[in-house]
Amino acid sequence: MTETLHPVLPTTRSTPFDPPPELGALRAEKPISELRFPDGHHGWLVTSYDLVREVLADRRFSNRAELQHAPITVGGQVVPTQPPAKPGMFINMDAPDHTRYRKLLTGQFTVRRMNQLLPRVEQIVAEHLAGMRALGSPVDLVPNFALPVPSLVICELLGVPYEERERFQRDTGKMLSLDVPFDEIMGALERVERFVADLARRKRDQPGDDMLSGLVHSGELTDEEVANMGLLLLVAGHETTANMLGLGTLVLLRHPEQLAALRADPSLVDNTVEELLRYASIIQFGTGRVALEDVEVGGKLVEAGSTVILSIPAANRDPDRFERPDEFDIHRSASGHLGFGHGVHQCLGQQLARIEMRVGFNALFREFPDLRLAVPVEEIPMRTDMGIYGVHSLPVAFS
Amino acid sequence: MKVEVDKERCAGAGMCALTDPEVFDQDEADGTVVLLDPSPSGEHQRKAREAAHLCPAGAIRVVE
Ligand code: HEM
Ligand code: SF4
Repeated sequence: MTETLHPVLPTTRSTPFDPPPELGALRAEKPISELRFPDGHHGWLVTSYDLVREVLADRRFSNRAELQHAPITVGGQVVPTQPPAKPGMFINMDAPDHTRYRKLLTGQFTVRRMNQLLPRVEQIVAEHLAGMRALGSPVDLVPNFALPVPSLVICELLGVPYEERERFQRDTGKMLSLDVPFDEIMGALERVERFVADLARRKRDQPGDDMLSGLVHSGELTDEEVANMGLLLLVAGHETTANMLGLGTLVLLRHPEQLAALRADPSLVDNTVEELLRYASIIQFGTGRVALEDVEVGGKLVEAGSTVILSIPAANRDPDRFERPDEFDIHRSASGHLGFGHGVHQCLGQQLARIEMRVGFNALFREFPDLRLAVPVEEIPMRTDMGIYGVHSLPVAFS
Repeated sequence: MKVEVDKERCAGAGMCALTDPEVFDQDEADGTVVLLDPSPSGEHQRKAREAAHLCPAGAIRVVE
Protein backbone atom coordinates (compact mmCIF):
# COMPACT_ATOMS: atom_id res chain seq x y z
CA MET A 1 0.00 0.00 0.00
CA THR A 2 1.35 3.41 -0.87
CA GLU A 3 0.88 6.18 1.61
CA THR A 4 -1.09 9.01 0.06
CA LEU A 5 0.39 12.41 0.58
CA HIS A 6 -2.11 14.78 2.14
CA PRO A 7 -2.41 18.19 0.52
CA VAL A 8 -0.79 21.27 2.01
CA LEU A 9 -2.73 24.45 2.83
CA PRO A 10 -3.84 26.13 -0.43
CA THR A 11 -2.52 29.69 -0.49
CA THR A 12 -2.64 30.76 -4.15
CA ARG A 13 -5.45 33.16 -4.95
CA SER A 14 -6.89 33.45 -8.45
CA THR A 15 -8.22 36.98 -7.83
CA PRO A 16 -6.99 39.59 -5.33
CA PHE A 17 -10.32 39.53 -3.47
CA ASP A 18 -11.21 35.85 -3.23
CA PRO A 19 -9.62 33.14 -1.10
CA PRO A 20 -7.82 30.31 -2.95
CA PRO A 21 -10.47 28.36 -4.94
CA GLU A 22 -9.38 24.97 -3.54
CA LEU A 23 -10.73 26.06 -0.14
CA GLY A 24 -14.24 26.32 -1.57
CA ALA A 25 -13.98 22.88 -3.17
CA LEU A 26 -12.84 21.38 0.13
CA ARG A 27 -15.64 23.10 2.05
CA ALA A 28 -18.22 21.54 -0.26
CA GLU A 29 -16.75 18.03 -0.16
CA LYS A 30 -14.66 17.62 2.99
CA PRO A 31 -15.25 20.49 5.44
CA ILE A 32 -12.68 18.82 7.67
CA SER A 33 -9.82 17.34 5.72
CA GLU A 34 -6.35 16.01 6.41
CA LEU A 35 -3.59 18.53 6.06
CA ARG A 36 0.16 18.13 5.65
CA PHE A 37 2.31 20.71 7.45
CA PRO A 38 5.72 21.88 6.16
CA ASP A 39 7.49 20.38 9.21
CA GLY A 40 6.02 16.94 8.46
CA HIS A 41 3.15 17.09 10.95
CA HIS A 42 -0.18 15.59 9.84
CA GLY A 43 -3.13 17.61 11.06
CA TRP A 44 -6.44 18.97 9.83
CA LEU A 45 -7.97 21.82 7.87
CA VAL A 46 -11.50 23.02 8.65
CA THR A 47 -13.32 25.10 6.03
CA SER A 48 -17.04 25.22 6.85
CA TYR A 49 -18.65 27.94 8.96
CA ASP A 50 -20.31 25.53 11.40
CA LEU A 51 -17.21 23.43 12.05
CA VAL A 52 -14.87 26.41 12.37
CA ARG A 53 -17.21 27.87 14.99
CA GLU A 54 -17.53 24.51 16.71
CA VAL A 55 -13.77 24.03 17.10
CA LEU A 56 -13.13 27.63 18.20
CA ALA A 57 -15.79 27.30 20.90
CA ASP A 58 -14.51 23.91 22.13
CA ARG A 59 -12.24 24.16 25.16
CA ARG A 60 -10.67 20.80 24.42
CA PHE A 61 -8.69 22.71 21.78
CA SER A 62 -5.67 24.71 22.92
CA ASN A 63 -4.13 27.90 21.55
CA ARG A 64 -0.75 27.35 23.24
CA ALA A 65 2.08 28.26 20.89
CA GLU A 66 4.38 25.46 22.00
CA LEU A 67 1.90 22.79 20.86
CA GLN A 68 1.18 24.16 17.39
CA HIS A 69 2.64 23.43 13.99
CA ALA A 70 2.78 26.23 11.42
CA PRO A 71 0.76 25.56 8.23
CA ILE A 72 2.90 27.69 5.95
CA THR A 73 6.57 28.33 5.28
CA VAL A 74 8.01 31.83 5.54
CA GLY A 75 10.46 32.84 2.84
CA GLY A 76 10.72 29.16 1.88
CA GLN A 77 11.76 28.21 5.43
CA VAL A 78 9.94 25.79 7.71
CA VAL A 79 8.73 27.70 10.77
CA PRO A 80 9.65 25.73 13.90
CA THR A 81 7.16 25.28 16.73
CA GLN A 82 7.33 28.38 18.92
CA PRO A 83 8.38 28.52 22.59
CA PRO A 84 5.67 28.94 25.25
CA ALA A 85 4.10 32.40 25.45
CA LYS A 86 6.00 34.96 27.49
CA PRO A 87 4.25 36.16 30.69
CA GLY A 88 1.33 38.39 29.63
CA MET A 89 1.15 37.23 25.98
CA PHE A 90 -2.23 35.70 26.69
CA ILE A 91 -3.33 35.13 23.11
CA ASN A 92 -1.21 31.99 23.14
CA MET A 93 -2.37 30.69 26.52
CA ASP A 94 -5.32 28.59 27.67
CA ALA A 95 -7.57 28.93 30.72
CA PRO A 96 -6.93 29.68 33.54
CA ASP A 97 -3.87 31.82 32.60
CA HIS A 98 -5.60 33.26 29.55
CA THR A 99 -8.70 34.09 31.59
CA ARG A 100 -6.74 35.86 34.30
CA TYR A 101 -4.96 38.21 31.91
CA ARG A 102 -7.91 38.79 29.60
CA LYS A 103 -10.23 39.70 32.49
CA LEU A 104 -7.81 42.43 33.55
CA LEU A 105 -8.32 44.06 30.14
CA THR A 106 -11.94 43.39 29.20
CA GLY A 107 -13.21 46.14 31.49
CA GLN A 108 -11.15 48.60 29.44
CA PHE A 109 -12.46 47.35 26.08
CA THR A 110 -16.20 47.52 26.68
CA VAL A 111 -18.47 48.99 24.02
CA ARG A 112 -18.97 52.02 26.29
CA ARG A 113 -15.27 52.64 26.95
CA MET A 114 -14.49 52.38 23.27
CA ASN A 115 -17.21 54.86 22.40
CA GLN A 116 -15.53 57.29 24.80
CA LEU A 117 -12.45 57.11 22.57
CA LEU A 118 -14.50 58.18 19.56
CA PRO A 119 -13.55 61.90 19.60
CA ARG A 120 -9.84 61.03 19.73
CA VAL A 121 -10.22 58.60 16.82
CA GLU A 122 -12.08 61.27 14.85
CA GLN A 123 -9.32 63.77 15.51
CA ILE A 124 -6.52 61.37 14.52
CA VAL A 125 -8.37 60.47 11.32
CA ALA A 126 -9.02 64.13 10.44
CA GLU A 127 -5.36 65.04 10.95
CA HIS A 128 -4.23 62.34 8.54
CA LEU A 129 -6.75 63.23 5.88
CA ALA A 130 -5.52 66.82 6.10
CA GLY A 131 -2.00 65.46 5.72
CA MET A 132 -2.99 63.58 2.56
CA ARG A 133 -4.57 66.70 1.14
CA ALA A 134 -1.41 68.68 1.90
CA LEU A 135 0.76 66.11 0.11
CA GLY A 136 -1.52 66.39 -2.91
CA SER A 137 -2.78 63.89 -5.45
CA PRO A 138 -1.68 61.18 -6.12
CA VAL A 139 -0.72 59.91 -2.67
CA ASP A 140 -0.12 56.50 -1.10
CA LEU A 141 -2.94 55.80 1.34
CA VAL A 142 -1.02 53.12 3.28
CA PRO A 143 1.82 55.12 4.92
CA ASN A 144 -0.28 58.30 5.16
CA PHE A 145 -3.52 56.93 6.55
CA ALA A 146 -3.96 53.18 6.98
CA LEU A 147 -0.78 52.56 9.01
CA PRO A 148 -0.52 55.67 11.22
CA VAL A 149 -4.18 55.89 12.34
CA PRO A 150 -4.32 52.56 14.22
CA SER A 151 -0.81 53.06 15.57
CA LEU A 152 -1.77 56.43 17.08
CA VAL A 153 -4.97 54.96 18.52
CA ILE A 154 -2.82 52.37 20.28
CA CYS A 155 -0.63 55.24 21.56
CA GLU A 156 -3.83 56.62 23.14
CA LEU A 157 -4.57 53.28 24.80
CA LEU A 158 -1.05 52.79 26.07
CA GLY A 159 -0.60 56.41 27.07
CA VAL A 160 2.47 57.08 24.92
CA PRO A 161 3.50 60.72 25.61
CA TYR A 162 2.88 63.02 22.63
CA GLU A 163 6.51 63.98 22.11
CA GLU A 164 7.47 60.31 21.80
CA ARG A 165 4.79 59.34 19.31
CA GLU A 166 6.73 60.21 16.19
CA ARG A 167 9.55 57.87 17.14
CA PHE A 168 7.07 55.13 18.03
CA GLN A 169 5.28 55.68 14.72
CA ARG A 170 8.48 55.46 12.72
CA ASP A 171 9.46 52.16 14.29
CA THR A 172 6.03 50.53 14.21
CA GLY A 173 5.73 51.58 10.55
CA LYS A 174 9.12 50.03 9.78
CA MET A 175 8.11 46.76 11.43
CA LEU A 176 5.41 46.35 8.78
CA SER A 177 7.21 47.65 5.73
CA LEU A 178 8.45 45.65 2.77
CA ASP A 179 11.08 48.11 1.57
CA VAL A 180 13.02 47.97 4.82
CA PRO A 181 15.91 45.45 5.08
CA PHE A 182 15.36 42.56 7.48
CA ASP A 183 17.91 43.64 10.10
CA GLU A 184 16.38 47.10 10.22
CA ILE A 185 12.97 45.53 10.86
CA MET A 186 14.46 43.50 13.71
CA GLY A 187 16.11 46.66 15.05
CA ALA A 188 12.79 48.50 15.02
CA LEU A 189 11.07 45.58 16.75
CA GLU A 190 13.68 45.56 19.51
CA ARG A 191 13.37 49.32 19.99
CA VAL A 192 9.56 49.04 20.27
CA GLU A 193 9.87 46.19 22.79
CA ARG A 194 12.29 48.20 24.89
CA PHE A 195 10.13 51.30 24.56
CA VAL A 196 6.97 49.57 25.83
CA ALA A 197 8.88 47.92 28.69
CA ASP A 198 10.31 51.30 29.68
CA LEU A 199 6.89 52.93 29.38
CA ALA A 200 5.40 50.34 31.74
CA ARG A 201 8.12 51.13 34.30
CA ARG A 202 7.49 54.86 33.98
CA LYS A 203 3.74 54.36 34.54
CA ARG A 204 4.57 52.90 37.94
CA ASP A 205 5.91 56.27 39.11
CA GLN A 206 3.79 58.57 36.99
CA PRO A 207 0.45 56.94 36.25
CA GLY A 208 -1.94 58.46 33.70
CA ASP A 209 -5.53 57.50 32.95
CA ASP A 210 -4.42 55.12 30.22
CA MET A 211 -4.70 51.34 29.99
CA LEU A 212 -1.06 50.61 30.74
CA SER A 213 -1.24 52.62 33.98
CA GLY A 214 -4.41 50.74 34.87
CA LEU A 215 -2.61 47.44 34.43
CA VAL A 216 0.49 48.52 36.33
CA HIS A 217 -1.63 49.66 39.26
CA SER A 218 -3.96 46.68 39.28
CA GLY A 219 -1.44 45.29 41.74
CA GLU A 220 -1.69 41.91 40.07
CA LEU A 221 0.98 42.10 37.41
CA THR A 222 4.75 42.38 37.14
CA ASP A 223 6.25 45.06 34.89
CA GLU A 224 7.23 42.31 32.45
CA GLU A 225 3.64 41.08 32.22
CA VAL A 226 2.33 44.62 31.69
CA ALA A 227 4.91 45.26 28.97
CA ASN A 228 4.01 42.07 27.12
CA MET A 229 0.29 42.81 27.36
CA GLY A 230 0.99 46.25 25.89
CA LEU A 231 3.02 44.70 23.09
CA LEU A 232 0.25 42.21 22.39
CA LEU A 233 -2.21 45.07 21.93
CA LEU A 234 0.19 46.67 19.48
CA VAL A 235 0.93 43.48 17.55
CA ALA A 236 -2.72 42.37 17.43
CA GLY A 237 -4.24 45.78 16.82
CA HIS A 238 -1.95 47.61 14.42
CA GLU A 239 -1.29 45.45 11.37
CA THR A 240 -4.84 44.08 11.40
CA THR A 241 -6.69 47.39 11.50
CA ALA A 242 -4.22 49.00 9.09
CA ASN A 243 -4.85 46.30 6.52
CA MET A 244 -8.60 46.45 6.93
CA LEU A 245 -8.41 50.19 6.23
CA GLY A 246 -6.20 49.71 3.17
CA LEU A 247 -7.88 46.66 1.66
CA GLY A 248 -11.32 47.92 2.64
CA THR A 249 -10.73 51.16 0.74
CA LEU A 250 -9.67 49.16 -2.32
CA VAL A 251 -12.74 46.89 -2.14
CA LEU A 252 -15.02 49.93 -1.88
CA LEU A 253 -13.33 51.70 -4.78
CA ARG A 254 -13.85 48.56 -6.86
CA HIS A 255 -17.61 48.61 -6.09
CA PRO A 256 -18.61 52.14 -7.16
CA GLU A 257 -22.40 51.70 -6.82
CA GLN A 258 -22.06 50.48 -3.26
CA LEU A 259 -19.60 53.22 -2.46
CA ALA A 260 -22.09 55.74 -3.84
CA ALA A 261 -24.79 54.25 -1.60
CA LEU A 262 -22.52 54.55 1.42
CA ARG A 263 -21.67 58.15 0.56
CA ALA A 264 -25.34 59.00 0.22
CA ASP A 265 -26.17 57.36 3.54
CA PRO A 266 -23.20 57.27 5.95
CA SER A 267 -25.29 55.30 8.45
CA LEU A 268 -24.66 52.28 6.20
CA VAL A 269 -21.09 52.28 7.43
CA ASP A 270 -21.76 49.92 10.37
CA ASN A 271 -23.03 47.25 8.03
CA THR A 272 -20.33 48.01 5.47
CA VAL A 273 -17.64 47.36 8.06
CA GLU A 274 -19.16 44.00 9.03
CA GLU A 275 -19.42 43.00 5.37
CA LEU A 276 -15.80 44.02 4.77
CA LEU A 277 -14.71 41.89 7.72
CA ARG A 278 -16.61 38.95 6.23
CA TYR A 279 -15.69 39.44 2.59
CA ALA A 280 -12.04 40.42 2.97
CA SER A 281 -11.08 38.05 5.84
CA ILE A 282 -7.54 39.38 6.23
CA ILE A 283 -6.44 36.58 8.61
CA GLN A 284 -5.87 34.78 5.34
CA PHE A 285 -4.29 31.53 6.53
CA GLY A 286 -6.77 31.22 9.37
CA THR A 287 -5.94 30.48 12.97
CA GLY A 288 -4.77 27.23 14.55
CA ARG A 289 -5.70 25.14 17.58
CA VAL A 290 -4.38 21.86 19.01
CA ALA A 291 -6.51 19.00 20.29
CA LEU A 292 -5.69 18.33 23.97
CA GLU A 293 -7.50 14.98 23.80
CA ASP A 294 -9.09 12.90 21.04
CA VAL A 295 -12.06 14.89 19.70
CA GLU A 296 -14.57 14.03 17.00
CA VAL A 297 -15.15 16.90 14.58
CA GLY A 298 -17.54 16.56 11.65
CA GLY A 299 -17.35 12.77 11.85
CA LYS A 300 -13.53 12.65 11.85
CA LEU A 301 -11.38 11.67 14.79
CA VAL A 302 -8.92 14.44 15.58
CA GLU A 303 -6.26 12.81 17.72
CA ALA A 304 -4.72 14.49 20.74
CA GLY A 305 -1.73 16.59 19.66
CA SER A 306 -3.02 17.31 16.14
CA THR A 307 -2.94 20.88 14.92
CA VAL A 308 -6.19 22.02 13.31
CA ILE A 309 -6.22 25.02 10.98
CA LEU A 310 -9.51 26.95 11.00
CA SER A 311 -9.88 28.77 7.69
CA ILE A 312 -11.61 32.04 8.51
CA PRO A 313 -11.72 33.09 4.82
CA ALA A 314 -13.41 29.82 3.81
CA ALA A 315 -15.89 29.95 6.70
CA ASN A 316 -16.84 33.53 5.88
CA ARG A 317 -17.66 32.49 2.31
CA ASP A 318 -19.70 29.43 3.29
CA PRO A 319 -22.89 29.38 1.16
CA ASP A 320 -24.71 27.46 3.91
CA ARG A 321 -24.33 30.52 6.15
CA PHE A 322 -24.19 33.49 3.76
CA GLU A 323 -26.23 33.73 0.57
CA ARG A 324 -24.23 34.63 -2.56
CA PRO A 325 -21.11 34.48 -0.37
CA ASP A 326 -18.67 35.66 -3.02
CA GLU A 327 -20.59 38.87 -3.64
CA PHE A 328 -19.63 41.98 -1.72
CA ASP A 329 -22.90 43.51 -0.57
CA ILE A 330 -23.00 46.28 2.03
CA HIS A 331 -26.75 45.80 2.43
CA ARG A 332 -26.61 42.20 3.61
CA SER A 333 -26.48 41.17 7.23
CA ALA A 334 -22.96 39.87 7.70
CA SER A 335 -23.61 39.45 11.41
CA GLY A 336 -22.04 36.30 12.79
CA HIS A 337 -19.01 36.52 10.49
CA LEU A 338 -15.82 35.07 11.90
CA GLY A 339 -13.52 37.96 10.97
CA PHE A 340 -12.78 38.49 14.67
CA GLY A 341 -12.65 34.78 15.42
CA HIS A 342 -14.94 33.01 17.89
CA GLY A 343 -14.74 31.48 21.36
CA VAL A 344 -12.81 32.79 24.34
CA HIS A 345 -10.05 34.27 22.18
CA GLN A 346 -12.48 36.28 20.04
CA CYS A 347 -10.85 39.60 19.29
CA LEU A 348 -10.56 41.71 22.42
CA GLY A 349 -10.09 44.88 20.37
CA GLN A 350 -13.06 44.39 18.06
CA GLN A 351 -15.15 47.30 19.36
CA LEU A 352 -12.18 49.61 18.90
CA ALA A 353 -11.42 48.23 15.44
CA ARG A 354 -15.06 48.82 14.47
CA ILE A 355 -14.88 52.45 15.57
CA GLU A 356 -11.61 53.04 13.72
CA MET A 357 -13.05 51.59 10.50
CA ARG A 358 -16.43 53.34 10.75
CA VAL A 359 -14.87 56.72 11.41
CA GLY A 360 -12.03 56.08 8.96
CA PHE A 361 -14.10 55.10 5.92
CA ASN A 362 -16.80 57.71 6.37
CA ALA A 363 -14.33 60.54 6.86
CA LEU A 364 -12.13 59.38 3.97
CA PHE A 365 -14.94 59.33 1.43
CA ARG A 366 -16.45 62.56 2.76
CA GLU A 367 -13.15 64.43 2.56
CA PHE A 368 -12.31 63.04 -0.90
CA PRO A 369 -15.63 62.61 -2.74
CA ASP A 370 -13.92 61.60 -5.99
CA LEU A 371 -11.24 59.36 -4.50
CA ARG A 372 -10.00 56.87 -7.12
CA LEU A 373 -7.11 54.52 -7.81
CA ALA A 374 -4.08 56.27 -9.27
CA VAL A 375 -2.79 53.08 -10.92
CA PRO A 376 -4.52 50.09 -12.58
CA VAL A 377 -5.68 47.55 -9.99
CA GLU A 378 -3.23 44.94 -11.37
CA GLU A 379 -0.35 47.16 -10.29
CA ILE A 380 -1.34 47.29 -6.65
CA PRO A 381 1.07 45.11 -4.65
CA MET A 382 -0.98 42.66 -2.60
CA ARG A 383 0.27 41.11 0.65
CA THR A 384 0.02 37.66 -0.92
CA ASP A 385 2.35 35.75 1.39
CA MET A 386 1.83 37.71 4.61
CA GLY A 387 -0.17 36.24 7.49
CA ILE A 388 -2.38 39.31 7.37
CA TYR A 389 -3.64 40.05 3.88
CA GLY A 390 -4.04 43.53 2.45
CA VAL A 391 -2.22 46.00 0.21
CA HIS A 392 1.43 47.00 0.56
CA SER A 393 0.62 50.36 -0.97
CA LEU A 394 -2.46 52.04 -2.40
CA PRO A 395 -1.80 55.02 -4.67
CA VAL A 396 -4.98 57.11 -4.83
CA ALA A 397 -5.90 60.28 -6.70
CA PHE A 398 -8.36 63.05 -5.85
CA SER A 399 -9.15 66.58 -6.88
CA MET B 1 -38.93 34.40 27.05
CA LYS B 2 -36.25 34.26 29.73
CA VAL B 3 -32.62 35.23 29.22
CA GLU B 4 -29.85 33.82 31.39
CA VAL B 5 -26.21 34.82 31.44
CA ASP B 6 -23.19 33.08 32.88
CA LYS B 7 -20.56 35.60 34.06
CA GLU B 8 -18.07 32.79 34.63
CA ARG B 9 -18.04 31.80 30.96
CA CYS B 10 -18.22 35.37 29.61
CA ALA B 11 -15.14 36.50 27.68
CA GLY B 12 -16.10 40.19 27.74
CA ALA B 13 -16.17 40.48 23.95
CA GLY B 14 -19.15 42.83 24.05
CA MET B 15 -21.14 41.28 21.23
CA CYS B 16 -24.22 41.25 23.47
CA ALA B 17 -24.03 44.95 24.42
CA LEU B 18 -23.47 45.78 20.77
CA THR B 19 -26.45 43.71 19.65
CA ASP B 20 -28.96 45.02 22.17
CA PRO B 21 -27.80 47.65 24.66
CA GLU B 22 -31.26 47.64 26.27
CA VAL B 23 -30.96 44.01 27.32
CA PHE B 24 -27.22 43.64 27.89
CA ASP B 25 -24.56 45.85 29.37
CA GLN B 26 -20.96 45.23 30.40
CA ASP B 27 -19.52 45.54 33.89
CA GLU B 28 -17.36 48.66 34.29
CA ALA B 29 -14.70 46.74 36.15
CA ASP B 30 -14.16 43.54 34.24
CA GLY B 31 -16.24 43.87 31.07
CA THR B 32 -18.37 40.83 31.84
CA VAL B 33 -22.00 40.73 30.82
CA VAL B 34 -24.64 42.50 32.91
CA LEU B 35 -28.21 41.47 32.21
CA LEU B 36 -30.45 44.54 32.19
CA ASP B 37 -33.66 42.82 31.18
CA PRO B 38 -34.11 39.11 31.91
CA SER B 39 -37.48 38.92 30.16
CA PRO B 40 -37.31 41.06 27.04
CA SER B 41 -40.34 41.62 24.87
CA GLY B 42 -41.12 42.53 21.28
CA GLU B 43 -38.17 43.34 19.04
CA HIS B 44 -35.79 42.65 21.92
CA GLN B 45 -36.65 38.97 21.89
CA ARG B 46 -35.24 38.58 18.39
CA LYS B 47 -32.16 40.54 19.38
CA ALA B 48 -31.65 38.45 22.52
CA ARG B 49 -31.71 35.30 20.39
CA GLU B 50 -29.21 36.86 18.04
CA ALA B 51 -26.96 37.84 20.96
CA ALA B 52 -27.08 34.27 22.28
CA HIS B 53 -25.99 33.03 18.86
CA LEU B 54 -23.25 35.64 18.52
CA CYS B 55 -21.79 35.32 22.01
CA PRO B 56 -18.38 33.75 21.39
CA ALA B 57 -18.21 32.14 24.80
CA GLY B 58 -21.65 30.51 24.98
CA ALA B 59 -22.45 32.66 28.00
CA ILE B 60 -26.01 33.62 27.02
CA ARG B 61 -28.95 31.23 27.17
CA VAL B 62 -32.44 31.96 25.93
CA VAL B 63 -35.29 29.89 27.34
CA GLU B 64 -38.39 30.24 25.20
C1 HEM C 1 -9.97 44.86 11.94
C2 HEM C 1 -9.02 44.65 12.78
C3 HEM C 1 -8.84 43.37 13.56
C4 HEM C 1 -9.03 42.07 13.17
C5 HEM C 1 -9.51 41.55 11.81
C6 HEM C 1 -8.72 41.24 14.32
C7 HEM C 1 -8.83 39.85 14.35
C8 HEM C 1 -8.60 39.06 15.45
C9 HEM C 1 -8.81 37.62 15.50
C10 HEM C 1 -9.31 36.75 14.36
C11 HEM C 1 -8.48 37.20 16.75
C12 HEM C 1 -8.58 35.77 17.29
C13 HEM C 1 -7.32 35.01 17.06
C14 HEM C 1 -7.49 33.55 17.39
O1 HEM C 1 -8.55 33.10 17.82
O2 HEM C 1 -6.51 32.80 17.22
C15 HEM C 1 -8.03 38.37 17.49
C16 HEM C 1 -7.59 38.34 18.81
C17 HEM C 1 -7.13 39.46 19.47
N1 HEM C 1 -7.18 40.78 19.04
FE1 HEM C 1 -7.86 41.43 17.25
N2 HEM C 1 -8.32 42.04 15.37
C18 HEM C 1 -8.39 43.36 14.95
C19 HEM C 1 -8.11 44.49 15.70
C20 HEM C 1 -7.66 44.48 17.00
C21 HEM C 1 -7.38 45.66 17.81
C22 HEM C 1 -7.59 47.10 17.36
C23 HEM C 1 -6.90 45.22 19.02
C24 HEM C 1 -6.47 45.97 20.24
C25 HEM C 1 -6.14 47.20 20.33
C26 HEM C 1 -6.90 43.76 18.97
C27 HEM C 1 -6.49 42.94 20.01
C28 HEM C 1 -6.64 41.57 20.03
C29 HEM C 1 -6.20 40.74 21.15
C30 HEM C 1 -5.57 41.23 22.44
C31 HEM C 1 -6.51 39.41 20.80
C32 HEM C 1 -6.27 38.17 21.65
C33 HEM C 1 -7.50 37.87 22.44
C34 HEM C 1 -7.39 36.60 23.25
O3 HEM C 1 -6.55 35.73 22.98
O4 HEM C 1 -8.18 36.48 24.20
N3 HEM C 1 -7.38 43.36 17.75
N4 HEM C 1 -8.14 39.49 16.69
S1 SF4 D 1 -21.20 38.45 24.08
FE1 SF4 D 1 -20.90 36.77 25.51
S2 SF4 D 1 -18.74 36.87 26.01
FE2 SF4 D 1 -19.25 38.81 25.07
S3 SF4 D 1 -19.71 40.16 26.80
FE3 SF4 D 1 -21.64 39.30 26.10
S4 SF4 D 1 -21.90 37.47 27.34
FE4 SF4 D 1 -19.78 38.06 27.57
